[in-house]
Amino acid sequence: MAIAIVIVPLALALLAAALPSAAWRGRLLPVGGAAHLAMTVSLLRTPSVDAFEGWVHLDGAGRLVLGFCSVLYFFTSLYAAGYLAAHPERPNRLFTACFLAFIGAFSLVAEAHHLALMWIAIEATTLASAPMLYFHRNPRALEATWKYLLIGSVAIAIALLGSLFLAYAALSSGMRPTLLFDDLVRDGPTLSRPWVRAAFLLLFVGYGTKMGLAPMHTWKPDAYGEAPGMVGALLAGVLTSAPFLAILRVYRVCGAAGDAAFMQRVLLAAGLFSMAVAAVFMVRQRDLKRMLAYSSVEHMGILSVGVGLGGAGFFGSLLHLVNNGLTKGVLFLAAANIHRAYASKSTEDVRGTIHRLPASGALFLAGFFAVTGSPPFGPFLSEFTILNAAVSTGRYGVAALFLGLLVLVFLGMGATVVGVVQGKPSGGGGLTDQRDTFASVAPGAALLAIVLMLGVYVPAPLDHLLREVAASLEAAR
Amino acid sequence: MMPSADLVLVLVLLSNFFLLGSSRLRAIVNGTALQGVLLGALTLLVHHELSLEPILVAVGATAIKAVVIPGMLTRAMREADIRREVEPFIGYVASLLLGAAGTGLAMVYARTLPLAPQHAGSLLVSTSLGTVVTGFLLLTTRRKAITQVAGYLVLENGVFIMGLTLIEAVPFFVEVGVLLDLLVAIFVMGIMLLQISREFASLDTTRLSSLKE
Repeated sequence: MAIAIVIVPLALALLAAALPSAAWRGRLLPVGGAAHLAMTVSLLRTPSVDAFEGWVHLDGAGRLVLGFCSVLYFFTSLYAAGYLAAHPERPNRLFTACFLAFIGAFSLVAEAHHLALMWIAIEATTLASAPMLYFHRNPRALEATWKYLLIGSVAIAIALLGSLFLAYAALSSGMRPTLLFDDLVRDGPTLSRPWVRAAFLLLFVGYGTKMGLAPMHTWKPDAYGEAPGMVGALLAGVLTSAPFLAILRVYRVCGAAGDAAFMQRVLLAAGLFSMAVAAVFMVRQRDLKRMLAYSSVEHMGILSVGVGLGGAGFFGSLLHLVNNGLTKGVLFLAAANIHRAYASKSTEDVRGTIHRLPASGALFLAGFFAVTGSPPFGPFLSEFTILNAAVSTGRYGVAALFLGLLVLVFLGMGATVVGVVQGKPSGGGGLTDQRDTFASVAPGAALLAIVLMLGVYVPAPLDHLLREVAASLEAAR
Repeated sequence: MMPSADLVLVLVLLSNFFLLGSSRLRAIVNGTALQGVLLGALTLLVHHELSLEPILVAVGATAIKAVVIPGMLTRAMREADIRREVEPFIGYVASLLLGAAGTGLAMVYARTLPLAPQHAGSLLVSTSLGTVVTGFLLLTTRRKAITQVAGYLVLENGVFIMGLTLIEAVPFFVEVGVLLDLLVAIFVMGIMLLQISREFASLDTTRLSSLKE
């Protein structure tokens, strides 16, 4: 099963590339999503997943990320099938193949227990997602894809250099070099400190760029702005989880090498800076999808702050990873419906969505409240946990800054969202006859229901998993 | 470390300066191809005993970095009908000086890192960092999309050299995976290059500036 979850999506991708019928290619996506979800459930129920002499091993963090991403991917694939069915005129061969290959590569990221194997898989997710960005085939999408591809590839090359540095840290202190996580954690105390520190900085710059932490976030507004909404959901929820998972694993290694405090300082600073940059650019943002991109920058910052704080912050950060990913799914799928109905994503054209698209407008509004951390949604719980971690460790300055930036984002984003949802539907722009349908609304609504549930009740298996991963991070100090 | 390996590393450093000082795209593509050949030779030189795997990696790296990728770039150049880099953001002399300064700093920095005994006095680590800096300079200071791809390739070459210090830790199939990823990345970039040249009738990336706040 550990191998099938990588191979089956790749095989379906080949099938999609070979199928002559565009309609059947579209129908293949939910098949892939359902198969992936079924295999994920089966893997999560297996106590120990190992293959290839420890190279493939599903650890706690991998289980967490694979689990929620599979749920998000499944609902996104349902939406994508509806979208492609409604737009038979758009060429979809490359898109469907990449859509399926993407989740295969991502599954390998979650399972890889070897830094270089993980690197190969993360690079593969980047390459599989680039053609999806270019779905609309216009000059703006081309520009966004080019920047995404170039910045992403360079970032990932720097991360590879960092991985090699980490292996060299063992060689330099006279041991057998290795890139297996467990061996690195075990050998941690004997690793050469200067190499570990340099490795961490390179890995942080590389994978931090892929996450979209400021100031390495410049690709994000362009990519999320020009990609179809369903691709935005995958990028903001699934793709960015892969480098975060890598940073968590690197954190464990550097922690074992005795350099956790340095890492946490860097993560805390980068996290707060990302939140600040996002807050500034979200005020008076006129483009709905770019606004969501800055929201993603903000939330990557929150994840980074949580790990930077440590203690309860680990738990908060991991829970927030799940909450933010699923909420981004709600927002991007709702934004996709709005974009389709108004043929515009500018706040100048889009007004009164609650009248024109009652369900999508309501989802967008609810998603906004959820993502800005309003109770009773899940992100409230996780953001509160992180804030609590700052207060309980006596870092009142950090806590005040964290809270202040959250409020600022709420106000900035709120002004835009309220303008879009309320008001009289404008006659301007190229209004289409797009209405809310079951296929366009149900996937987002289902995701919102999960986000709402996570706000009031975290299921016991998820809670156990979160505690286990948080404890392993805590033990790395 | 064998002195012959250090000789090849010096040639790699020289090719970096050649790339930084060239304005003709043809010369830049040839420069990256030359680096590909040098890296293939280097792969053979750093292995103490030659078994099948290092030979395969050397042949694969040479084929991909010296033949296939330069071939794709040449084709993109021909289709877009461009030959020269125009007015880079930083002039050639300035980028040569920056490259020299960057390489110097990389050498100094590499000296501060504790090297394993078998690499004492070797240029592997410093050349790797110097090449990464060169690639980064090419990427950030040039306008033409082709030169940027070449810059990415040079940066990857720098990482590849670092990988040669770790021949024991990096198994065969990882090397192959990394090379394949590079190949696919450049292939996708090549397709995008053609799209850009069709869409904008130019490969000048300053045209790609409609997305901003």
